[in-house]
Amino acid sequence: MEALVQVSRLVSELNAADAKAANAAIGAGFAYGLAAIGPGVGIGFVVGKAIEAMARQPESAGMVRTTMFLGIAFTEALALIGFVVFILLGL
Amino acid sequence: MFGLDFPPINEVIRWRDAFGNLNKIGMIAVLASGIAILIFLIASRYNANEAPKGVRNLAEMLVEFIEENIVMQTIGKDGLGWTPFLLSLFIFIYLCNLPGIIPILQMPATGRMAIPLFLSVIVWVVYNAVGIKHQGFIGYFKGIMFPPGVPKPIYLLLTPIELVSTIIVRPFSLAIRLFANMLAGHMLLVTFALLSAAMFEAQTKKFLLVPMGILPMGMLIFLTVFEVLVGFLQAYIFTILTAVYIGGARHPEH
Repeated sequence: MEALVQVSRLVSELNAADAKAANAAIGAGFAYGLAAIGPGVGIGFVVGKAIEAMARQPESAGMVRTTMFLGIAFTEALALIGFVVFILLGL
Repeated sequence: MFGLDFPPINEVIRWRDAFGNLNKIGMIAVLASGIAILIFLIASRYNANEAPKGVRNLAEMLVEFIEENIVMQTIGKDGLGWTPFLLSLFIFIYLCNLPGIIPILQMPATGRMAIPLFLSVIVWVVYNAVGIKHQGFIGYFKGIMFPPGVPKPIYLLLTPIELVSTIIVRPFSLAIRLFANMLAGHMLLVTFALLSAAMFEAQTKKFLLVPMGILPMGMLIFLTVFEVLVGFLQAYIFTILTAVYIGGARHPEH
C-alpha cells in the first residue's frame, strides 16, 4: 500500500502527458491482475469437479471432458477480456 | 533493468509487407487453407476399398475426430451433415494457430482480430439462419427470449439478458476468446525470447547474466510446448462452441 502512495506521489510530480501514460500503465496492471482472480478460482473449480466426476465414473470420462472444456471456455472469457483491456490501456 | 526495452506492439505483431498489401497474416491464412485443401485432395485419390494409409489415414482420423468428439456429443446423430463445415473450421483455425510456434513464421494468424472476427461472423450468420429455418422466425426468437420453465416475473430480467447474450455477446466472446488466447501466447513467447536475448548479450556483469539467461530460455522452450497444446485446444473449443450453438438453434428447449 505504501509503495502505491509513493508511486502516486511520483506520478503527481510528472507533467500531464507523462502522468497520463503512467496512470494508464498502473491501471493496465491492475486491470489484468483483478480480472484474473475470479476466472482463476472458477477454472480451478470446474477442472477439480470434472476430475472428481471422472474418478468416480471413468466410463463417462469422454462426456465430462467435453463439458469441462466448454465450462473452461466460458469462464476463461472473463480473464481474456481483462487481457484485451490490458493491451488497450498499456500499449 | 538490463537495458531491456519492449518493442511497440506494432513491431511485435506486424511483419513487413511482402508484396503490396499481402502481409504475414494474409500469407499464413492463404497457406493454411491451401494445405487443408491439399490434404483432402490427396486423400481423395486413394483407393477407398483398401485399408487406409498415409495421408488418407490422417484425413480419416480428422473426420472421425470431428464426428465422434464434436458432432455426436453436441448436436446428435441428425447433425452429422454439419461435419464438413465444422471440419473446415477446425482445420483452418488449427493451421492458423500453428505458425505461432513454427520458426521463421513465428506468428499465429489468429493473433490479429480480423480472422477470428470474420470466422465468428460466419458462425453467427449460420446459427441464426439454422434457428430461423428450423423453428421459424417467431418461434426462434420466442425460444431465445422466453425460455420455458421460469416463473413469469423473472422474464422481466431474463428476456433482455438472454436476447443480448445470444445475439450480441456470443459472436464477440467467440472471437475474443480465440484472438486473446493466441495473442497472449505470442506476447509471452516474445517476452521470454527478448529477455533471454538481452541476457546473453549483456555488456556488464557477464559472468552472472550470461549463465542466468538459461532460465528464460528454458521457460521459452516450455511455453513453446504449451503453445502446441493451446493452439489445438482453442481450435477445438471454437469448433465445439459452434456445434453447441447450432445444436441449440436446431432443438429448442422444452
